[in-house]
Amino acid sequence: MELAIESLPYLWQGLLITLAVSCVTVVLSLVLGVLLGTLVCYGPLPLRWIIIAYSDIIRGIPVIVLIFSVYYGLPPLGINLGNFTSAVVALTAFATAQVTEIVRGALQSIHFGQTEAGKAIGLGFWPRMIYVIFPQAVRRFLPTWINNVTDTVKGSALVSLVGVIDLMMSIQQVIGRVYEPMPLYIVGAMIYFAINFSLSQLSRQLETRFSYIRE
Amino acid sequence: MRYHINYNFVWLYFDKFYWGLLLGIELAAVSILVGSVIGLVLALLYVDGPRWTRKFVTAYVEFIRNQPLLLLVYLVFYGLPTIGGFKYNNVTSFIITLSVYSGAYLVEIFRAGLDAVPKGLQDAGKAIGLTPFQRLLHVRLPTMFRVVLPALSNQFVSLFKDTSIAAVIAVPELTYAAKWLSTNKFRIIEAYSVAAPMYLITGYVIFAALRLLERKFSVRR
Repeated sequence: MELAIESLPYLWQGLLITLAVSCVTVVLSLVLGVLLGTLVCYGPLPLRWIIIAYSDIIRGIPVIVLIFSVYYGLPPLGINLGNFTSAVVALTAFATAQVTEIVRGALQSIHFGQTEAGKAIGLGFWPRMIYVIFPQAVRRFLPTWINNVTDTVKGSALVSLVGVIDLMMSIQQVIGRVYEPMPLYIVGAMIYFAINFSLSQLSRQLETRFSYIRE
Repeated sequence: MRYHINYNFVWLYFDKFYWGLLLGIELAAVSILVGSVIGLVLALLYVDGPRWTRKFVTAYVEFIRNQPLLLLVYLVFYGLPTIGGFKYNNVTSFIITLSVYSGAYLVEIFRAGLDAVPKGLQDAGKAIGLTPFQRLLHVRLPTMFRVVLPALSNQFVSLFKDTSIAAVIAVPELTYAAKWLSTNKFRIIEAYSVAAPMYLITGYVIFAALRLLERKFSVRR
């Protein structure tokens, strides 16, 4: 117990890195995912196929293999990203594919009548998107997306495998010094739990908040 | 310096990849079986059991679902033996981890499935004089099974992908084979460009096979 408390300052730096990796990944994947997800629903046909192929392929490969591929696989091709960047690139590639699917699901869940109604009152494509479709889709999108954020935080533990000193790695480092694995793993579990549990509670609240919406 | 693509080493050591893939499928299969037992028992406890079991089940589910699998793998493999005074090898340890991990997800699936059994069916069971246990065995579980089958197959594919994390405790599965080839023979691009499609294709094949199975079990109305 004392050990766990004494180790906290050493884990702090790691926690910051974990949060940094997660935040960068979440923001990038949100921007890219919303863009790709919208294109899947409303873009030209060949582009749709490419995006669907991208998201189906990336989601079919384990994250750890993606991280190793980017970190070890790109330098021989002359692209040297460094461990933090390659970890973020791999995590973002994966999260983007997931966010694309969530956006697609949210957009497609909006009844086609809404689009027709928008057309009937003379709204063009962009006004229809901004005033009719997106405000409704956001309510379906948010709870699922926050669950995906917890997935990203959980996945960010994998960046320790390419030498990024995140929370997981700092736990390992402290264990390497004190040879007392159990208290430290439990502290780590508590920290991850605190982050993810608050996120999933938020997601649950939003879900009940928006549950009045039906077709 | 130029990197020359050369797949010979991959074919030379392809047995590592092949057996690694099979081991991954086996790990996922064993874990989903054990996890289903955990999940089903806890889901039944949650639905039918006394109140305190609900809290226990919720605590288990929430705790496990909010942990990175990597941390759980380390905790079970490096952490538990130091306080328990017992030993196991990496494969056993990983199977335990993945079962407990999948159990937490399966509880939720089974719970939703049990909730989805129509009340009328249970009343019908009561009406023909079935005991609560008979109702469970002949009415609720078969109905639940059909409802949860799609979620189960998703879970299986997702677990199969999660077996890649076993590489960090040197379980010789597919990711470990790719890592081995890239560190020992320096065929980095080749190793990952073979391993990734193997995961991808196997995942989709399993998925398609389970879809067929689901169709077989689905009820025609």
